[in-house]
Amino acid sequence: MTFLLALITGLFYAAGIYLLLRRSLVKVIFGIMFLGHAANMLIFSTGRLTKGAPAFVPEGAQALVEPFADPLPQALILTAIVIGFGLQAFAIVLFRRSYEELGTDDVDAMRTTDRIEQVGGGES
Amino acid sequence: MKLLLVLPILLPLVTALVMLPFRERSGVQRGLGLGASLVQAVVAVALLSRVYAGGILTLQAGGWAAPFGITLVADLLSAVMVAATALIGLTTSIYSLGSIDRERERFFFHPLMQLLLVGINGAFLTGDLFNLYVWFEVMLISSFVLLALGGTPRQLEGSVKYVTINLLSSAIFLSAVGILYGVAGTLNMADLSARLPMIEQRNLLSVVAVLLLVTFGVKAAIFPLFFWLPASYHTPPVAVSAIFAGLLTKVGVYAIMRVFTTVFTGPESEAIFRILLWIAPLTMVVGVLGAAAQYDLRKLLSFHIVSQIGYMLFAIAIQSPLAIAGGLFYIVHNIIAKTSLFYISGIVRHKTGAFQLKKIGGLYSTEPLLAALFLVSALALAGIPPLSGFWAKLMVIRAGLESEHYFVTAAALVVSLLTLFSMTKIWNEAFWKDDPGVIKVTDEAHGNGRTALLYLPVVMLCGVIIFFGLSFEPVYELSARAAGQLLDVESYRNAVLGGGL
Repeated sequence: MTFLLALITGLFYAAGIYLLLRRSLVKVIFGIMFLGHAANMLIFSTGRLTKGAPAFVPEGAQALVEPFADPLPQALILTAIVIGFGLQAFAIVLFRRSYEELGTDDVDAMRTTDRIEQVGGGES
Repeated sequence: MKLLLVLPILLPLVTALVMLPFRERSGVQRGLGLGASLVQAVVAVALLSRVYAGGILTLQAGGWAAPFGITLVADLLSAVMVAATALIGLTTSIYSLGSIDRERERFFFHPLMQLLLVGINGAFLTGDLFNLYVWFEVMLISSFVLLALGGTPRQLEGSVKYVTINLLSSAIFLSAVGILYGVAGTLNMADLSARLPMIEQRNLLSVVAVLLLVTFGVKAAIFPLFFWLPASYHTPPVAVSAIFAGLLTKVGVYAIMRVFTTVFTGPESEAIFRILLWIAPLTMVVGVLGAAAQYDLRKLLSFHIVSQIGYMLFAIAIQSPLAIAGGLFYIVHNIIAKTSLFYISGIVRHKTGAFQLKKIGGLYSTEPLLAALFLVSALALAGIPPLSGFWAKLMVIRAGLESEHYFVTAAALVVSLLTLFSMTKIWNEAFWKDDPGVIKVTDEAHGNGRTALLYLPVVMLCGVIIFFGLSFEPVYELSARAAGQLLDVESYRNAVLGGGL
């Protein structure tokens, strides 16, 4: 189980970085999503993995009984997922809008803001 | 009294929410924005004086004791940064009254500005690494929308670059936080500082330290990670790029300062400082050389942001009390001078219709007040006495000499000279040379009353610059005490963990 999770996390990171390095905006957004999920999986696996042992204090006991999975990382992931979804949704809209406005989804073609000086353009 | 600690976050948040129903009534939004910024300034001053008099303030949200709950902490460093944020928030809300068009106001410009302040203040006041991540995201999503608001092709292109690099750095930050939690079992900064020295997996901690440096480095625009900044900061309206230029990169610098002084105290910090000693001069030099090639006013100033970050990194890397005090003073001075220069670029554009230095000229004879204000801000940035930049630079360079980092100190001095050269270039092109008469599209829609709204914030900021320059003693006192407090991790830990509720 741990091995599988490690493998998946690694694959997510690899896929995310690979896609981010592509030139198409669609692939970039997929890359960002994969990276976000990879980070979530990483946090998930740091909280120890248990099967069928919910993090509840049993009746009569004062504290959690081993073995239990740390619930805090899961709370962190929950927050991170929500934030990630929000940002990704915004990024999708933004990338779509820029595709419409700029007429391209090729990152290499987006160079006007990097040029040293535009003699004609440069409106606010 | 603990309320004082939440107000910098709560006040803009509530203001933003109250503004939302008034989409079609921009007058109400403007009034609310201005009022909230004024109250915010009062709150920030109260917080600063309270922390100055009574030491570190902490607040455990919901009554959960320190390592388990959400902690808000204000030491002098945080309080000073919150005060600077309030000042820039106030001036920007005045400036935006005179410069933001109705269409952007209809699409929630003012609430977004308030939400940006929520994120920035949250990042300064949090005592927890995961909450730092959350506040960063609050700040980022507001800045994304502010940057893209209006939707001109250039803005969208700048936003694509800005959004992508920031989402990448967020993923890295989240991974670092995950690993750190796995190693240390806590994310509270005070608790971490107590536990990290006992951790045996030093190699994992080094990984975390470098990942955090990369994340904050992207936000702060340090040497190899700065390219997004000059590609995006010159595209939105001036009010937006001014507040970005003033505050956003400094949140990154603040995070570097906080994490590698308070959280990591051992060999990891030492290694990071050694890296920073290389990155700092490179950041300075690359930024100022990038600026030398530019003729677009705002792009030139954007490259200068990068260059100035180098001085702050240098101060952080030295870590002597004098250096930290100088670095803090430098951050505050830079926030003010930089924002003022961006405001001035907006007035130049308002008067002449262009940002291109080649197309404008002769402003010295037509706008003497603007010329004077530009001189104050520009010379402060270059570090000419008796303005604020001189003292800040003097403290950093003196600390550099005392700690015998002669190479970096020499680089800092040379870069100061180049900054002066670069500011002279703007002066010559925009103010001194004859008007080339290429374009004259002064916007008639802006009346004289609105021009006053553009000038007022610049006058305020230049007043602060001169005040800092002339009354150096109390400012030095404040930054020295802030530095002492920052380096005294023990008292920070006691204030957060010992106080209980």
